[in-house]
Amino acid sequence: MERKIVIPGTLLGKADTGKQGRGTFREGDNIYSSRLGIVEERSGYINVIPLSGVYDPAVGDAVIGVIEEASKMSWMVDIKAPYPAMLRVEEVPWRVEFGETARFLNTGEVIVANVSSINEAKNIEISMRDKHCRKVEDGIIVEIQPSKVPRVIGKNGSMVSLLRQRTGCWIFVGQNGRVWIRGEDDKMALLVEAIKKIEKEAHTTGLTDKISKFLGNENESD
Amino acid sequence: MGISSVKKDYLYRLAKEGKRPDGRAFNEYRPIKIERGVINMAEGSARVSIGHTTVLAGIKMDIGEPYPDTPEEGAMSTAVELIPLASPDFESGPPRADAIELSRVVDRGIRESKFIQLEKLCIEPGEKVWIVFIDIHVLDYDGNLFDACSLAASAALMNAKIPNERFEMGEDVPMPLSDPPVSCTFVKYNGAIVVDPSLDEDEAAEARHTIAVDKKGDIRAMQKGLSGSFTVEEIKNNINNARIISKDIRKILEG
Amino acid sequence: MELIKDGKRIDGRAPDELRPIKIEAGPLYRADGSCYLEWGGNKIMAAVYGPKEAIPRHIQDSTKAVINARYNMASFSVEDRKRPGPDRRSQEISKITAEALENVILTEMFPRAVIDVNIEVLDADAGTRCAGITAAAVALADAGIPMRDIPVACAAGKVDGVVVLDLLGDEDKKGDADLPVAIAPRSEEILLLQMDGHMTVEEFDEALELALKGCREISKLQKEALLKKYKTFEEE
Repeated sequence: MERKIVIPGTLLGKADTGKQGRGTFREGDNIYSSRLGIVEERSGYINVIPLSGVYDPAVGDAVIGVIEEASKMSWMVDIKAPYPAMLRVEEVPWRVEFGETARFLNTGEVIVANVSSINEAKNIEISMRDKHCRKVEDGIIVEIQPSKVPRVIGKNGSMVSLLRQRTGCWIFVGQNGRVWIRGEDDKMALLVEAIKKIEKEAHTTGLTDKISKFLGNENESD
Repeated sequence: MGISSVKKDYLYRLAKEGKRPDGRAFNEYRPIKIERGVINMAEGSARVSIGHTTVLAGIKMDIGEPYPDTPEEGAMSTAVELIPLASPDFESGPPRADAIELSRVVDRGIRESKFIQLEKLCIEPGEKVWIVFIDIHVLDYDGNLFDACSLAASAALMNAKIPNERFEMGEDVPMPLSDPPVSCTFVKYNGAIVVDPSLDEDEAAEARHTIAVDKKGDIRAMQKGLSGSFTVEEIKNNINNARIISKDIRKILEG
Repeated sequence: MELIKDGKRIDGRAPDELRPIKIEAGPLYRADGSCYLEWGGNKIMAAVYGPKEAIPRHIQDSTKAVINARYNMASFSVEDRKRPGPDRRSQEISKITAEALENVILTEMFPRAVIDVNIEVLDADAGTRCAGITAAAVALADAGIPMRDIPVACAAGKVDGVVVLDLLGDEDKKGDADLPVAIAPRSEEILLLQMDGHMTVEEFDEALELALKGCREISKLQKEALLKKYKTFEEE
């Protein structure tokens, strides 16, 4: 499939031939791109998959957050979205007494959580009640552009599997552009480089092969 | 926002093994790039990159009165601007203490090494002298502004001409200079001391030590910063390392 | 000083000719989006951060994002050194720049947020506000900000009684009139318009038409710059 890169204001089609999807806007009968991205037509919708931009949270997303502030009954958490997310004490896997929040999660500490609600005014809430949610206490967090997350995961998780296999590291990809990895320091260093390479070349074709080669060559030279 | 606890733990753990997140040795500098004469309106200019950190220095000159205690010398002034373009953490508004310290440390290195021959910038003793303005714009902040700004200031001065023509005083001539100072900055975190800190290392730093070394290897200016401390032994080590590392930087600056 | 001689301008251009323009999308590492622009003797760096929650709270708008533009001239960008910090001129330009850009940004998608647009003039030779808007628009698109169009700006004016496109420094200082214009190129609606000097209504019509022609040419360069950033690897 040809990957067509479009910019804001590019005419994508008529409203009667496709429905207006994400990353687009409508003017009269015309559908235009609102983002710098790649055009994708899926089940009758014309979408533009962005190549850049901040994290746009959706309910159900697994995210990696950094605690910004501990209040009496909740925390404010940076999830790389335009707005900080609120984590209430009822939404954590510990029993937290009033005013004791900082003893469990303090400023600068890192967690895995799920986006549980977003309202009209873009107030975001997250929860740590799911099984995979936890406090991050070891490993490294790699920051990437949120728009590059799908490429790090790959089709049906193919890229993550490749990365796991070749480096032996444990990997968790937050939808918000933070990747948590754990493993031997040398392997983690290689993995960080691989992830950065995926981020840099996210819009190119044959990426899995390139990364496979990248990891392979590095191993041989060891 | 400061550094996350996980990142800090990782930096600390690597440091114990003698490693840095970007794979550099403790005494290893990032690649340096210098472009000269990039601004038409300036008397001299240079854009310097150390890794992803990029700063732009421009020299402007004007005629003014000398200071009463140095009636036969020109004057110089250095200002670094931490403009919000360069980092999400920089704010607009008047310069804060960080920017002022940075400006003064860069200024001191140039002044104390007598890099600009101020005595040759006198036009009429006690009346008219050249004033050299060194303005440094930070464009991309990824650590170690002290060295980047100092290097850009020196490179811009080496590129500068006295604008005699504009002031109807004859032909433009090169700025009278001696040998430039070279600045080398170290930071300390969790017991490790590294040169040329990256952004993460700058953010994790407990103490900072900047040393301006002249061509002979003598010290011309120093600054210890931040709330942490160094032992006397560490300070001496930093000086020794700065003398070695600055030789390579000097080659790039003079080359 | 004669500004026009044998139909040519002081730098040899025809009256309807632009100065050379070079645009690079995304040169900065830290910014969410950026653009470096060289336009004749002008050199501009633009950087965009956000959208992010607007702080302090009283600057928030509960219905849309606030556009905070900051146009700043480097001290060394002009002949006589400029004192650092905003003066009245740069504050005015910052304001009208923010307003022009806001027109095309889908601000309603980000209530309570701010989008910071930083424009640094590094080297100046007339037309910096137009160059700044043109660079900022590319930086916004590079940052992934949702927009209806990519604004573009260009000035026309009058020198020695002749209507000309894209004034350079001496033409601006010694000329008769200056007319900076920014448009949304798809609809060609006017987003910014200023004028100073003296023109007849007929001359204004002619100058506006020239400015629009300039905008159309520059709009192409903006688009090429954005696509080029992502093509670099495609070709490997």
